[in-house]
Amino acid sequence: MVDIPEHLLLKTAQARAKALGISVEQALAEMKGEVEPTKIEKEPDIIEVTPIEVEVKEAPAPAAEVKEAPAPAAEVKEAPAPAAAAVKEAPAPEKTNGQVPTEVDFAPETKVTQRLLTVVKAKPIQKPTSEPVDKVNTWPHLMLPEFISLMAMTAFLIFISAILQAPLLEEANPNITPNPAKAPWYFLGLQELLSYWDPQIAGVMIPLLIGVAAFMAIPYIDRNKENKPSKRKYAIMLWTFFLAGAGTLSLIGILFRGPGWNWTYPWIDGVWFDDLLDWVHFE
Amino acid sequence: MKNEKIKFRDRLKDISAGLGDSLKESTLWGSIFRPGSPFRKGYSDSPRNRSYVVMNNVLYHLHPVKVKRHGVRLSYTLCLGGLSFFTFIVLTITGIWLMFYFRPTEMAYVDIQTLQTSIAFGSLVRNMHRWAAHIMVLVVFLHMSRVFYHGAYKAPREFNWVIGVILLLLTLLLSFTGYLLPWDQLAIWAVTVGGNMAGYTPVFGAQVKFALFAGLEATEATLLRFYVLHVLFFPFIIVIFMAIHFWRVRKDGGISGPL
Repeated sequence: MVDIPEHLLLKTAQARAKALGISVEQALAEMKGEVEPTKIEKEPDIIEVTPIEVEVKEAPAPAAEVKEAPAPAAEVKEAPAPAAAAVKEAPAPEKTNGQVPTEVDFAPETKVTQRLLTVVKAKPIQKPTSEPVDKVNTWPHLMLPEFISLMAMTAFLIFISAILQAPLLEEANPNITPNPAKAPWYFLGLQELLSYWDPQIAGVMIPLLIGVAAFMAIPYIDRNKENKPSKRKYAIMLWTFFLAGAGTLSLIGILFRGPGWNWTYPWIDGVWFDDLLDWVHFE
Repeated sequence: MKNEKIKFRDRLKDISAGLGDSLKESTLWGSIFRPGSPFRKGYSDSPRNRSYVVMNNVLYHLHPVKVKRHGVRLSYTLCLGGLSFFTFIVLTITGIWLMFYFRPTEMAYVDIQTLQTSIAFGSLVRNMHRWAAHIMVLVVFLHMSRVFYHGAYKAPREFNWVIGVILLLLTLLLSFTGYLLPWDQLAIWAVTVGGNMAGYTPVFGAQVKFALFAGLEATEATLLRFYVLHVLFFPFIIVIFMAIHFWRVRKDGGISGPL
């Protein structure tokens, strides 16, 4: 059973007590199912409002409160509802005595004081569809960590810039080709591929088709809606293979390639990588 | 004597506090800092003011007022997207500073030498620009990997992933065009290798290479071309795409997850 707030329960108990002529405490105890419900011996003596329409089966207002009087009172689910709202389910007191009225006497017009127009149930008009999300204030919970990481990055940048000199070789001279001539480090994986395969494939088709077209198409190819790692093992495996492959090729290009793009060992022959000019002093 | 000193110090404290109060009460101060600013008089830590801090600041309001709790954890994003943006800002500031001392002509190499030897902080700022550029390429790529491992490219964020790939390409292009500018042997030959790779494009290979080099090989015409691309064209394009990227993050429901 739904928990009924204490103040509503009390209100209902008061109404019930008034209708049955018992004390409020007793009514409350009945409703909680602690004592036997009171049997209705006499009909409520307020008959000023007379039912006028058979279809609606309108009951005298106070009677509605006694709607399921013989049943355990705890069943009074919509107890605090106004009398009119309860009418639909509440049979007239006569009914509870086992008499089904076959005909209802129409009361004189002059006696009609009210009639039922509609029954409105207390239900929300809109049903919430999405779960509420656990959120925190951006300030300070997001902006503070953000600020700290920006400060850390700034400190790190100034620190390495103070101790590591950016390379500056001799002035550009188109007539002197260094051996080996290496591309920027992020293209060295491609340059390494270039030494295995035809330049049209390794130099153009792979970067354009894989690097651009395939990357952009990823969300349209992977239609798996799950984002839990355990449910997208294949996708994670593919990306990890890509990372490992690209990383290996780049490292080979950076560290293991010397004059003539021949295989060299950095610990024997030295490193040919001028981006790291001041980091490693080989040769 | 000692007592008098303390008295004087207290009095000074009072005066400065009074000055601060009257400054914060002034119309000028109140007009600069919008309600909810921590610099405004009477700022207190309340949920209302926490919202105002974000809403009433042109920079902070890139953020929503509230974010999902799991997204705040540093271990979820490692702040990689924010750091990509931040390294871009550092590069813009140091880059503008470097432009004061650099000419994309046959003087380029001399200008770099002068910058490193004769200009206050010249070496430091040049180093910062260069290392921040390498870091940006790395961080953007790591950000992309993070997004992939979280499956954050899935609906409704598909298109923002595409924007992200474009941003990665623009980052590489910015780095590559900047690579030539010191006009030393490292620069010219790295760009020659890269340009020759582009020359292997099927059908249009020769034309692509010609457009890239402004000629048949890397010359001073290439230097000017790369300079304009580096300081104006690509930054202009990348800022537009960054704006779309950030806007779509908000429109697609903030950070993805939780896992």
